[in-house]
Amino acid sequence: MIYFDNAATTCMKPPEVAVAVARAIDSFGGVGRGVHEASLDAGMTVFSARQRIANLFGYPNPKQLSFAYNATEALNIAICGLLEPGDHTVTTAASHNSVLRPLFRAQDSGLAEVTIVPIGPDGSIDYDEFEAAFRPNTRLAAVTHASNLTGDVYDIARMAEIAHAHGAFLVVDAAQTAGIVDIDMTSDNLDVVCFTGHKSLYGPQGTGGLCVREGIDIKPFKVGGSGTHSYDREHPSFMPERLEAGTLNAHGVAGLLAGVTYITDKGVDVIRAETQALASRFENGVREIGNVKLYGGGGMDRTGIITLNIGDFDSALVADLLNAEFGICTRAGAHCAPLMHEALGTDQQGAVRFSFSHFNTEEQVDAGIAAITEIAKELS
Amino acid sequence: MREKTLKQVVTFATTSDAMAMEAAAREFGIPGRVIPVPSEISAGCGLSWCAGIDEKEALLAGIEKHSLSYEGFFEVLMY
Repeated sequence: MIYFDNAATTCMKPPEVAVAVARAIDSFGGVGRGVHEASLDAGMTVFSARQRIANLFGYPNPKQLSFAYNATEALNIAICGLLEPGDHTVTTAASHNSVLRPLFRAQDSGLAEVTIVPIGPDGSIDYDEFEAAFRPNTRLAAVTHASNLTGDVYDIARMAEIAHAHGAFLVVDAAQTAGIVDIDMTSDNLDVVCFTGHKSLYGPQGTGGLCVREGIDIKPFKVGGSGTHSYDREHPSFMPERLEAGTLNAHGVAGLLAGVTYITDKGVDVIRAETQALASRFENGVREIGNVKLYGGGGMDRTGIITLNIGDFDSALVADLLNAEFGICTRAGAHCAPLMHEALGTDQQGAVRFSFSHFNTEEQVDAGIAAITEIAKELS
Repeated sequence: MREKTLKQVVTFATTSDAMAMEAAAREFGIPGRVIPVPSEISAGCGLSWCAGIDEKEALLAGIEKHSLSYEGFFEVLMY
């Protein structure tokens, strides 16, 4: 198997991730549920993970980092917890459904209005259009840092500046960028960064969270067991517990900590450079193949995603041939990014997404190029 | 028979604050250890930090030096 579906879930993890999870499974108690060794071991691991991840995002206070099940849950927590009746919100057509659907639900229930900033056919955004979308009652802009369809990276520092100039918060969906693109909440003045653990942070599925700038109060949508203040009628108001209820997935967070430690030891810049080199090698290899259409490239940078179609053939057919005949894993279809597909004109055909990891090899990339070459030849 | 002695107990607003204390203690040798919050201070559950009464100065110095957050400082007669 050759795995090029890392934008969905990274399959090849640093070996220490599995080791950390296996150790945790056999040794952890509940975080904050006792002072015995098993509970403290879990608690210290989770605390270390808060420190490591907050530091990765350039934020000095680890207590502002709450864990969640994934980026989707984190985005729901942030968006639903910030909105008030009568608010207006802004997003872009590059957004994943994890942003769009909470906003659409708020719109459909009459809670808030939504303005969607268009994306160009090359994946680019017009920041003047982005600014023009703001209104006096705009409460927040929820934006993706990088398209999960094209890998185009957007200028979140500029978006934050625009949002703040209009008195709004910027909520960033970093599902595609955490661990592979620099994120600096302090220098970029970001308000909320939502992340998932199972993609480029190399953690297990079921890990993720949000880092919230101090002073921003997000109303929790779930309350319950906290391990502290048990006789209080209300859930604790302090971060990070304010946005966490119930026993944390400390087993998963142990793996996430191992993944993030690997990243910080190796360096985000190194991982990005290695990943982009593989993506560029693939892009250059398939660019000249007749009938191959490539998408995106209009962002300020690129993650490790190259998305294509062969002629007008169904993307699902191409992805299935890659899988069945070449053992190559990609993702076809809509990628939970309906508006981005509309922007690219691929809403009917879908697209075949190759998403690379720095754990991939040049030989694997060349096998991918050869497979596309052969499929394009057979289908033409 | 076990007898009660006076202890220095520090309480925290969050589990994370208690873990920050534990981390600093492991790294820098601040005296004491994590204990459940004594019922004399608060009913319910949660984590606190307990040190000997004669370790108060070292405890306070460690908390200040490493900018550790805490909720309250108590002297408690406990087993």
